[in-house]
Amino acid sequence: MERIPILKMGAFLLVTIQVDMQDQLAMALQDDLTEKISRTGARGVLIDISAVEVVDSFIGRTIANIAAMARILDAQTVLVGMQPAVAITLVELGLTLPGVRTALNVERGMALLQGEARSSSRVQAGEADGDAEG
Amino acid sequence: MSPAATTRLPEIIRRREQDLLERWMKEQLSAVSQRRELLSESQLREQSREFLDLVAQAAAKTSLSSIDAPAWQPVRDMLGDLSRSRAIQGFTTSETATFVFSLKQPLFDLLRQEYDGQAAALTEELWAASATLDRLGLYTTEVYQEGREAVILRQQQEMLELSTPVVKLWDGVLALPMIGTLDSVRTQVVMESLLQRIVETGAEVAIIDITGVPTVDTLVAQHLLKTITAARLMGAECIISGIRPQIAATIVHLGVDLSAVITKATLADAFQVALGRVGLTVQRTPPRG
Repeated sequence: MERIPILKMGAFLLVTIQVDMQDQLAMALQDDLTEKISRTGARGVLIDISAVEVVDSFIGRTIANIAAMARILDAQTVLVGMQPAVAITLVELGLTLPGVRTALNVERGMALLQGEARSSSRVQAGEADGDAEG
Repeated sequence: MSPAATTRLPEIIRRREQDLLERWMKEQLSAVSQRRELLSESQLREQSREFLDLVAQAAAKTSLSSIDAPAWQPVRDMLGDLSRSRAIQGFTTSETATFVFSLKQPLFDLLRQEYDGQAAALTEELWAASATLDRLGLYTTEVYQEGREAVILRQQQEMLELSTPVVKLWDGVLALPMIGTLDSVRTQVVMESLLQRIVETGAEVAIIDITGVPTVDTLVAQHLLKTITAARLMGAECIISGIRPQIAATIVHLGVDLSAVITKATLADAFQVALGRVGLTVQRTPPRG
């Protein structure tokens, strides 16, 4: 069975979905990703769905689930490159993905993750969390 | 209905055409509602003569009752053109239909003369002629209505195109000044064009300005929230500006939750926030000179 590759970039995981999502594929991605987060201790996950043209309620919920699971595993999820048609579909389905960060493209998504990582490491180092600048 | 052979109408129309036309013209011109400034007498006479000709031809070929038959096609075409052109010229429905209905009086007079003393035949002929003219009159009304509806539809589409511009205020900042009442169709168009422009320009912030929206109801508020959520899913942030006091009151009374959305009083305030988001500041410089 084909699988979606998960790439490791420093402290982050990068997932690029280049094919139409099937239910099986989405479930496999969910398992692989959670497993990989816990194994590598990744701080962030970036999912690029710019090539996805069609989503249904199951795929939408799976994406929301992946984000929620990643957050429990202490990794921020950023969803990037959602197409307008997909965004409209998800909103009409009532899947507004609360708690999932979004960005227009991979570059901005990465910047977002790096900003998050910096500010959280500063908090851990005991510095004042004064500025929310990314 | 009586078969075509029994009606003498085509023959009568042909024989007394001039007489009938004169009386009909007098009838039409005396109608108070007739608009002289829109249609000259000679034009009207030409139209009337053509109509009589076509009716006589059609009635000679087939029975009077079947105006849907192919033989009546020329009559229908002629009436259709007439109704459409009158609809565009600004005639009312009844003025357009009067063209056909005003033929009744002169035609019936004529029939009475022709069938003098034959009461049964006269009644039958009158009934057939009356039914046909009624159908033709209703046909003009139908075509007229269609013409008007086509005009309305075109205007609606033009308005839709006019009223949904997405403008770029700065690199990464889009604005959507909404004007007029929002309904589902318009909001759908607005939503799609905004999201499309976000993809094209890679904008991070979009300002939705509703200064020109007269009322906001639950449906409109819901549409706005949907647009904002969809934009957020794509990675762009939306700011709503231009909320008037009455609309603010309405939104609160309706129980619409806008707490997750940045709202600003004016487009200028919203623009300032947007510039802050993309990391820019506006600075006053001392005047040169």
